[in-house]
Amino acid sequence: MKPGPLLRLRGMIRKEWLQVVRDPSSIAIAFFLPLLLLLIFGYGVSLDATNIRMGLVIEQPDTASLSFAGGFEQSAYFAPVRLASIQEAEAALRASAIDGIVWLRHDFGADSLSAQSPPIGVLVNGVDANTARLIEGYVQGIWFGWLEQQAERAGRPLRSPVQLEQRIWFNPQVRSTDFLVPGILAVIMTLIGALLTALVIAREWERGTMESLLVTRISVNEILLGKLIPYFILGMGGLLLSLVMAHVLFHVPLRGSLWLLFAVSALFLWVALGMGFFISTVFRSQFVAALVAMISTFLPAFILSGFIFDIRSMPAFIQGVTYLIAARYYVAILQTLFLVGNVWSVILPNAAALTAMGLFFHGLVYRKTRKRLE
Amino acid sequence: MGPRLLALIVKEFLALFRDRKSRLAVIVPPILQLLIFGYAATFDLEHATLAIYNEDSGAFSRDLIGRFERSPAFEVVGYLRSEEEIKPLIDRKGALLVLRVGEQCSANVAQGESCAVQALIDGRNSNTAMLALNYVRSIITDFNEERIEQTTGTSLPARLAIRAWFNPNLESRWFIVPGIVALLAMIVTLVVTALSVAREREAGTFDQLLVTPLRPWEILIGKAMPGLIVGVGEASLIVAAAVYWFRVPLVGDLLTLYPALIIYVLSIIGIGLMISSFSATLQQALLGSFLFIVPAVTLSGFSTPIANMPDFMQALTYLDPMRYFLTIVRRVFLEGAGSEYFWNDLWPMSLIAVATLSLATWLFRHRMY
Amino acid sequence: MEHSTAVTDIPPQGEPQSPPVLVLDGVVKTFTVEKKRIVALDDVSCTVRPGMVTGLIGPDGAGKTTLMRLCAGLLAPDQGTLRALGLDAVAEPLAVQARIGYMPQRFGLYEDLSVRENLDLYADLQGVAATARPERYRQLLAMAGLEGFQGRLAGRLSGGMKQKLGLVCTLVRPPRLLLLDEPTVGVDPVSRRELWQIVYHLVEAEGMSVLLSTAYLDEAERCAEVVLIHGGRILGHDRPQAFSRQVDGRTWLVRAPALAKRALQRALSREPAVLDALILGTAVRVVSRDRRPPALSTLPAATEAEVAPVAPRFEDYFVATLKDETANGNNNHIALGTVNSRTNGGDVITVDNLVRRFGDFFAVDHVSFRVRPGEIFGLLGANGAGKTTTFRMLCGLLPITSGACTVAGMNLRTAAAAARARIGYMAQKFSLYGNLTVLQNLRFFSSAYGLRGARRRDQIDWALATFDLEPYAATESQDLPLGFKQRLALAVALMHEPEVLFLDEPTSGVDPLARREFWAQINSLADQGVTVLVTTHFMEEAEYCDRLVIMADGRVLAEGTPEEMKERHGGAQGREATMEDAFIGLLEAHQLTGATA
Repeated sequence: MKPGPLLRLRGMIRKEWLQVVRDPSSIAIAFFLPLLLLLIFGYGVSLDATNIRMGLVIEQPDTASLSFAGGFEQSAYFAPVRLASIQEAEAALRASAIDGIVWLRHDFGADSLSAQSPPIGVLVNGVDANTARLIEGYVQGIWFGWLEQQAERAGRPLRSPVQLEQRIWFNPQVRSTDFLVPGILAVIMTLIGALLTALVIAREWERGTMESLLVTRISVNEILLGKLIPYFILGMGGLLLSLVMAHVLFHVPLRGSLWLLFAVSALFLWVALGMGFFISTVFRSQFVAALVAMISTFLPAFILSGFIFDIRSMPAFIQGVTYLIAARYYVAILQTLFLVGNVWSVILPNAAALTAMGLFFHGLVYRKTRKRLE
Repeated sequence: MGPRLLALIVKEFLALFRDRKSRLAVIVPPILQLLIFGYAATFDLEHATLAIYNEDSGAFSRDLIGRFERSPAFEVVGYLRSEEEIKPLIDRKGALLVLRVGEQCSANVAQGESCAVQALIDGRNSNTAMLALNYVRSIITDFNEERIEQTTGTSLPARLAIRAWFNPNLESRWFIVPGIVALLAMIVTLVVTALSVAREREAGTFDQLLVTPLRPWEILIGKAMPGLIVGVGEASLIVAAAVYWFRVPLVGDLLTLYPALIIYVLSIIGIGLMISSFSATLQQALLGSFLFIVPAVTLSGFSTPIANMPDFMQALTYLDPMRYFLTIVRRVFLEGAGSEYFWNDLWPMSLIAVATLSLATWLFRHRMY
Repeated sequence: MEHSTAVTDIPPQGEPQSPPVLVLDGVVKTFTVEKKRIVALDDVSCTVRPGMVTGLIGPDGAGKTTLMRLCAGLLAPDQGTLRALGLDAVAEPLAVQARIGYMPQRFGLYEDLSVRENLDLYADLQGVAATARPERYRQLLAMAGLEGFQGRLAGRLSGGMKQKLGLVCTLVRPPRLLLLDEPTVGVDPVSRRELWQIVYHLVEAEGMSVLLSTAYLDEAERCAEVVLIHGGRILGHDRPQAFSRQVDGRTWLVRAPALAKRALQRALSREPAVLDALILGTAVRVVSRDRRPPALSTLPAATEAEVAPVAPRFEDYFVATLKDETANGNNNHIALGTVNSRTNGGDVITVDNLVRRFGDFFAVDHVSFRVRPGEIFGLLGANGAGKTTTFRMLCGLLPITSGACTVAGMNLRTAAAAARARIGYMAQKFSLYGNLTVLQNLRFFSSAYGLRGARRRDQIDWALATFDLEPYAATESQDLPLGFKQRLALAVALMHEPEVLFLDEPTSGVDPLARREFWAQINSLADQGVTVLVTTHFMEEAEYCDRLVIMADGRVLAEGTPEEMKERHGGAQGREATMEDAFIGLLEAHQLTGATA
């Protein structure tokens, strides 16, 4: 038995752990920020549109127009407001008091009876394109419902030639939480893995402790491993905390295997730690390392990983860039594991990509870190 | 402005821009972010992958499927032959959605019945799923409308004439890119101000500054100016990029935008100075900025509407200066709104600016040493 | 480089030889900094013998640290070979590191870990068996006097204790060869003496070989052998006495009771035959160019002066050799534009029962003293004695807990900002804007001090000319050589012609030659009526002061002239007491009363 390496490793790990426990800023990054992110994204973020303030201008209230307007009043999406004139409505739209206008002219009722097919003026504020598109869809739905109702009333029920039956798999209620919370895990793991480690190695250089470490009989492997293990544990702790919150607070289903989730997260954490190590090996100042880590790992994990913005909708060259972002692979696996299950055809290729990236970063770090000061 | 203050401001700029690293830190990240956000942050659906499983062989279903094949929102990636193929395809993300047309489709339609069409959508990204569903619905609605008119020979009792104001083609880039003005103005201003005092503290130059006859308010203004000028300058750059590179129409008047921009940047400077009076080291200042930026951006409505947040979070957004400026910049860009239209956003933001600046001044005086 | 000295490059022969612990042969090391190639070590060959302390002595930037790092296997040489304990340090750095102990200049103590935790870490890293630890810890902590502090965080130890802990961590597993890179820098005399005692103990009791680098020239005499290094080359390697012998007969002590010590020193340094003139007590110590006693032609006529030969020191050799080399023609005299006669009358600085508390810790504990106009007043003390805290309160940089202090009749913290125009301030470490050029710094600070128009231009020109900064006007101040950084800092502090000058540890980290030049400049300012308050932990610099206080644990232990201090507290040494003796004497008496109280 050779106790030397184990002893050295134990020493490093214990030291690193004490430093984590005593440094409020690493606690802030490892626990406070994940908590904040989970709460914000778990509760605060949804892209659906509800309570749409719709201005209704009905110039001639009669059965036809009132029944049409009734569709809005019964809808869960809309909070309709009756306005007296189109001028007033347009002013309100301009002042952002309402999100859209439905305008039924004075001849609407008469024309619809005489089958003149009068236009229903719909104006939406297009500034928020996403919301505007949702509004358009909802208005169409109300309109079609009204058409069917009118046809029924006229005694010749309207059969729409195509009847759409929609099935949203994996998330039938279309809860944003169910896809955002797994995604935010990737951001949290990046934060702990890359940002924190980028800081801690640079800190050793800045405070001059690296020189004292290097001159002991410790090897490069032992230094790296001694840093890797505590932050790995910290990262897995962050994961556990997030998982508990996802389950207890946000009721996100986990359809795949918990063990597989842990395994894949461990793999990603290993990659993220590699990126953190790499950044701090190249930049030996905490300040620069933190900036670089933020720009090259944290922001991409947010924007380019497919966590909020769907990668498939991005222009081709940005899609190309996303292949370089480790979080992209992890997000893909996470969303599948949580909402679908153990789909090997998704997990295997993404895990392979993660492994390749991990090997690349750790290999580079190993090559670049020598027991020399240069 | 006295020559002393002027010298201080000149010095602040030299200190910020002479150093290559800090020059890069101020200039490169915003440009990268602009490009990434400008291109990657989009809610439009283009070339969504669609697979078709048509069990029918009639003309009607072919006609319907043709609509999907021609739509720019979808890209048909395959035609399935059996039901068993559907699940694995969606599971492995081979297609975002599968359109399944029932066996008796054309026959049913010929008999005046309905043709059943199923849209099976991958809900892993619920937002994308909703978008895709909306596109499917609107294609089918249009199709239905035409068919009814054709077969019954009579026109419908009413038709929809939908127009979107301000953004007729509903491009989400028009929504996101002006938002980047608010986002980057905040990040740059905050980082520049929050770090400048911490940097001096760490270098020991702050003491040297304090023993000169410069007054605290002069030092405060000296520290605020680079943030103001860099923040406003960078915002202007992004406005230009939005107009000339991303081709977002600028309908409104820049003259109405700038006062709002300056108030916004001032409110951020107040926060930056507060962070900087609390932090003894650069790292603390950086972390402090980070801890402010993340929630401020998320709560601002930059990527997701505030109206959808739970009430307590909506209440929090009223404290976020970015929330107000974001609305203003978008409205000036696309609606051409004049200041009379965004007064409701301007006054709370001004209030925040006054509050943060006074608090910063107070903290600065009390924690300067 | 040709040298006329007889000091040998080969180690002195004599005692029976055991194999050397370090052999350097033709070692060349260069660095590339911002595309400029800097030669740190230029063809260095040297052998370090076992069982003794070898001193590596040279000014800052001489290449001491580079040499240490090469020996520890932390750098690889460009050319040449390096063997430590018979092992090739280039090929087998790990094997070397397993056998040697190395304490870097800034020893990497983890400040957020306790003394015990730091020890545990290094014991783990050095593979000390768990069973051997209690005994080894006990031994080491007793040696360093740290037994009572095991649970304290390293960051909360005093400077001297940190250094001792660093040394203890290096020794946790006894190495055969110990490399110490400037272990005594910034350490108070008491801790310095204790560090040396530990080193001697290691050599004598444990048979360790020690290579120790230092910029303190008085430490040369404590080494068995000295390697003198300058500009990346070895100028000599011998016993310290052999070096001093080179200037035998060229060192003198000049007394002129009628003349103030500063005036005497200035007069003597103008003498062409005088290489170096240094104030020592009331006399001036002189190194002449040859063995003739110095002529006194520059002294005012009819001044009675007495010249007596004194024993040479290592420092004399160092100054004599290097002054020859650097052939300086610097202007040591600073002429302020206007003669400062504004502060005649009462005391310029008054400090009454000044207290500063951080939590329940008294950093400054009822300190009182007064400074008269035109005086150089020193605050002497170890790191953590409360000097800098007192200093910062005087400058208005730190609020006062209780008591009062005034500068030129005002409290700078509450007085109008314009009052600060009457003081000049030079911080402990270089604290001008590093990424601004010399000229930009001067422009900014002149404006900040309210100079404008022609006067501002004149003062900037004056600063550039007086401090020889013209060639560097467009250089970023962070790239200046250390001595020039200091000149720039002084220029900034003086441009507005202050009445009072505050200097906080102005010479720490500056080599002996630059320090002499700096003090000559300060002396000339004092002669023009500027009041100078200076903090320092260099005991010999206290000699320049007219009066001083010695501080420890936030209290004033003694106040008086340097002579009074030495007389009262120097103790019986059988030789003339030095400032260091006085300091140690005072501190020991203080610790005794502290222990009994």
